[in-house]
Amino acid sequence: MEGKTLTRADLAEAVYRKVGLSRSESAQLVESVLDEICSAIVRGEDVKLSSFATFHVREKNERIGRNPKTGEEVPISPRRVMTFKASNVLKSRIIDGHTSAAKGSKAKKAG
Amino acid sequence: MIKSELVQIIANKNPHLFLRDVENIVSAIFDEITDALASGNRVELRGFGAFSVKNRPARTGRNPRTGESVEVEEKWIPFFKTGKELRERLNVDK
Repeated sequence: MEGKTLTRADLAEAVYRKVGLSRSESAQLVESVLDEICSAIVRGEDVKLSSFATFHVREKNERIGRNPKTGEEVPISPRRVMTFKASNVLKSRIIDGHTSAAKGSKAKKAG
Repeated sequence: MIKSELVQIIANKNPHLFLRDVENIVSAIFDEITDALASGNRVELRGFGAFSVKNRPARTGRNPRTGESVEVEEKWIPFFKTGKELRERLNVDK
């Protein structure tokens, strides 16, 4: 397992490598894809990306919370939150990737 | 919004690209995120959110209907944390 953190620059690099646009245009397109997804979510639309995931917007009602330090009760205002539901394809890709890596490292130790 | 609608919006804004190119661009982005997560990396997109993988250790579960014990294997699940900016944009009117 590598344990790196990828950013926009890595996504732009992938677009550059796979689609063959210039680096700057690849970066702009990554930005506009993310912008369009954000705008749809902010409008309250669900975003469904087949074989990847669904971003769903949920409306939460006001509820009474408690400050865990002081025990004081405070109202939590109604709000909108976004939920992420991974597709089965994404889930199984992740499980496959991790189980094969685990087996690989065990094999190395044995060898 | 579904993937094909996203592709269409991006294509309309970039008339110099073929629809097929835009499909490839959108796929490249989500394939790259999928590959990163599958190989144990995380993906952090400022203003949007961060994708990571959480480990769920093996445990002894129970079939709720029969009460029978079953061994549940270790697993890894994708996790997404909404970015601060997007979380705030969702609630500007509140």
